[in-house]
Amino acid sequence: MSLPIYASPVQKIWYYTFRVICALVFFFLVFPIMVIIPLSFNAQDFFTFTPEMLALKAEGFSLKHYQDFFTNDAWQHALRNSLKIAPMATVLSVSFGTLAAVGLSQSHVPFRRAIMAIMISPMIVPLIISASGMYFFYSRIGLQGTYLGVVLAHAVLGVPFVIITVTATLVGFDKSLTRAAANMGAGPIRTFFKIQMPLILPGVISGGLFAFITSFDEVVVVLFVGSAGQKTLPWQMFIGLREQISPTILAVATILIAMSILLLTTLELLRRRSERIRGLSPG
Amino acid sequence: MSDKNLVLASDGTSLKRSLARSLKRQKIRALLLIAPLLLFVLLTFIAPIADMLFRSVENSIVADTLPQTVKELASWDSDSGQLPSEAVYAALARDLKIAVKAKNHTKLGSRLNYQKTGTSSLFRQTGRKIKKLDFENTPSFKDAFEKMNKKWSDPAVWQTIQQFSNKYTDGYFLAAADLTRTSSGIEEVPEDQRIYYTLLLRTLSMSVTITFMCILLGYPVAFLLATLPLRSSNVLMILVLLPFWTSLLVRTSAWKVLLQNQGVINDFLVWIGIVADGNRLELINNVTGTVIAMTHILLPFMILPLFSVMKTIPPTYMRAAKSMGANDFTAFRRVYFPQSIPGIGAGSILVFILSIGYYITPEIVGGTKGVFISNRIAYHISSSLNWGLGAALGAILLVVVLALYWLYDKFVGIDNVKLG
Amino acid sequence: MKIKTIMLGTAAIAMSATATLAEDMTIVSWGGAYSASQLQAYDVPYSANTGVNIIHDESSSEAVAKLRAMNEAGNVTWDVVDVVAADAMRLCDEGLAEVIDHDTQLADAPDGTKATVDFGDLIVSECFIPQIVYSTTFGYRNDLVGATAPTSVCSVFDTAAYPGKRALQKSPLNNMEWALMCDGVAKSDVFDVLATDEGQSRAFAKLDTIKGDVIWWNAGADTPQLLADGEVIMGSAYNGRLFSLIVEQKQDVSMLWDAQVYDLDGWIIPTGLSDERKARALDYVKFATDTQRLADQSKYISYGPARASSAPLVDKHATLGIDMAPHMPTDPNNNKNTLLTNYSFWADYKDDIDAKFQAWLIK
Repeated sequence: MSLPIYASPVQKIWYYTFRVICALVFFFLVFPIMVIIPLSFNAQDFFTFTPEMLALKAEGFSLKHYQDFFTNDAWQHALRNSLKIAPMATVLSVSFGTLAAVGLSQSHVPFRRAIMAIMISPMIVPLIISASGMYFFYSRIGLQGTYLGVVLAHAVLGVPFVIITVTATLVGFDKSLTRAAANMGAGPIRTFFKIQMPLILPGVISGGLFAFITSFDEVVVVLFVGSAGQKTLPWQMFIGLREQISPTILAVATILIAMSILLLTTLELLRRRSERIRGLSPG
Repeated sequence: MSDKNLVLASDGTSLKRSLARSLKRQKIRALLLIAPLLLFVLLTFIAPIADMLFRSVENSIVADTLPQTVKELASWDSDSGQLPSEAVYAALARDLKIAVKAKNHTKLGSRLNYQKTGTSSLFRQTGRKIKKLDFENTPSFKDAFEKMNKKWSDPAVWQTIQQFSNKYTDGYFLAAADLTRTSSGIEEVPEDQRIYYTLLLRTLSMSVTITFMCILLGYPVAFLLATLPLRSSNVLMILVLLPFWTSLLVRTSAWKVLLQNQGVINDFLVWIGIVADGNRLELINNVTGTVIAMTHILLPFMILPLFSVMKTIPPTYMRAAKSMGANDFTAFRRVYFPQSIPGIGAGSILVFILSIGYYITPEIVGGTKGVFISNRIAYHISSSLNWGLGAALGAILLVVVLALYWLYDKFVGIDNVKLG
Repeated sequence: MKIKTIMLGTAAIAMSATATLAEDMTIVSWGGAYSASQLQAYDVPYSANTGVNIIHDESSSEAVAKLRAMNEAGNVTWDVVDVVAADAMRLCDEGLAEVIDHDTQLADAPDGTKATVDFGDLIVSECFIPQIVYSTTFGYRNDLVGATAPTSVCSVFDTAAYPGKRALQKSPLNNMEWALMCDGVAKSDVFDVLATDEGQSRAFAKLDTIKGDVIWWNAGADTPQLLADGEVIMGSAYNGRLFSLIVEQKQDVSMLWDAQVYDLDGWIIPTGLSDERKARALDYVKFATDTQRLADQSKYISYGPARASSAPLVDKHATLGIDMAPHMPTDPNNNKNTLLTNYSFWADYKDDIDAKFQAWLIK
């Protein structure tokens, strides 16, 4: 959409207004996240820009909140828990999810719609309902306040993302490939790992990333299902927002932003790779 | 008979049979692949929710704590205006004695207090006194109870006990609709206690506002992304996806920093002179705060489906319209916009579903006016301990969400959800 | 096969989680400066003496709900819980807290005085192990309240003299009492008036006059944060939180001790623990509430120790070296006008008034 040479003044004005509007929306999207970053280097213990910071003086800035994050027991404990819980949950939801997505992509699946609806539901049901339901139910079966409980809860929350992304890669999947493999004598398992897996791998990985970030970012369910022993990073941040006057959460936030940029880049690269493999895009 | 007409497969069986068998095998194989996850979701997710929803009607505490009283009370006519018989009082004394020992009576008191205020203290006080009651030498339990607390000679207390002696109740759902059951039927609760209707309306109206804001902000951006060349749109897409991928708590805390009275936005407005220092805008702890922060959080969920629909609208249509004499605006309104409506629909339902159940963000930036029904559910689950009411509110919210989910599935299809 | 390995893996982790439970002990408290003081005064020395690894949970505000759910499920994951006296009474009533024999299960004072005598009438429930006396009182920003600093709690209701936001707790407790007192009810009559519907309406009417100027807080650290950010000009808070804001973080804030409400805070031990865990919990509590430990806590935060024998040991702040006594709510300069939380009143009326309060809030 570029402006043609013969555009009238009204068209020109509209064209630039439209661009400005879009720029403002992009600003609205990104600015709140970016504003966190300088604040995390605040030498003071508050959430506001100090006069020293605005004057760009060196004494207004410090790394002490980062130092606090890396040395404070509570934060380190929370980080360790997050790093323990998220991969486990991811492995569970990816392995169950990929199998099911492959199953769902076959041509004759009875009750496909209903099954799909159930599997996507963890994404749709309001978290507070899932959380309180799990709270009571997991208490009853002895899973409340255990790692296993939190892992299971997070795994099920990650399932819809795996189903969605893997199903999406399977939609464009050429079925004659598996038939060809079967024709040449490969068993179903061999076919799966040799033919299907490499092709749906980008979908599996991005589903896994979604599942990972779901667990890594989840606070409502863990507040209910977990206990102090399973305190995760978001939980500690939530307490920080409610409880202590500590800009350490801003430092953590900056680290998480860096992480999401990293994840985002990985995803984008994966997407390009997937499209190149399938010859969908010029690359 | 018609063997000649049968087409045979290589192993000699009829092809029809062979195909049917292979189809069955395929079905079984597909189901086997699906089964682990289905079981997993049913056990770890659906069962807990069903279990919680059951609490919204479950009411065994009265019958469990006061079994004999409930039995005796069954024959009492609550409309008679008379007090129950001596046998009921005697049964209550025996039941309470056991309940006090097991420390169950205060739980029952707080349960009945949801229906009739003052019952909680009635049971607590009676519990203290009943320990001293000499069962052998009590000529009239009726008098004894009346001496312990005057409320025991109020038929209304007995009506409440009788009314809730069933194992199941609709009381929580009534309460969730600001209704209560009195001797003269179902009535609205007193005005100073009506809260859920307002709250539900507020939840819906805030969700509508947020959805509308998302359309307003998301549409131009999606349009731009869909019409730009791939290379530049991919770069701009990152700006949409970055917030999508950033921790929810990070974004919420960012808004706290920005929206505060002494926060970045107000500081900026004061600095450029639009707003007087003494007259800073109130952007947080109210509806404004919730709407701004949640619009930001849910905007990507609007842009992504809009974008994927707009991507499929061929640009030639617009050009054709213009070549036939439509001006830009008409061409957009009559040709492009109608084709993008499915995208608006998909995005709106998605944003609406997600926003109606939000909890964390309103809790932090919403104050008292900018909170959703979810916050109320959390309050009942973890503070007021009225779990039944929390479950009933949850059930209502769930019905609304599932209805929308069904709509979404019907019009968009759940397999069509796109994630970046 | 893959799934099997995963399942085994998860099972192994779950088992290792239960296995480590033997040396771990979960202590539940309120977070913030308060938990920090407990960490310094009790937990650090206790862990050093016994090798027990203490896990901290900041869930005291939801203690009753969580203990109920844990009890219902028969799976209690908490060992020692710090609660306010009113919650302790409720938990005790419902059989969710262990009954304590204070004389045999807690330490004697150094001079041999029995615990029941040493704690005196602060033992408000047979399950409650008193720890501190705290008060809910007001702090105000010196630079934001104008020329005349507030001296009375009624300044909170005076938006003409003190324009700006004020922070109040999102709960009817204390606020209803203050509203009535500032509406002309004598201190001694407050609870009689509050027991009637008219009295409650009267309190709400008074609160209505400032409703638009109130930011409601839930967590103990909210008001200090709001004061530091200049979001409010005054606000109610626990006195120890205000102390750390004023003295440790050197903010331009002063205390308004008028009509401070005394309350008690202490430990309970949940029922349903294994004998081994219960014994350890008792051991911890005995250590943490002895005369010296209670006095030690007052080095970090300005709450009054619950033992009479600890009072003479209250000394200087651990790092700042200032005298702690003048910062205690019980100091003669501070306790000229005080209220005591009326436990029996709130036990009977909390549910009713809270329902009305919540409905009033969202209007």
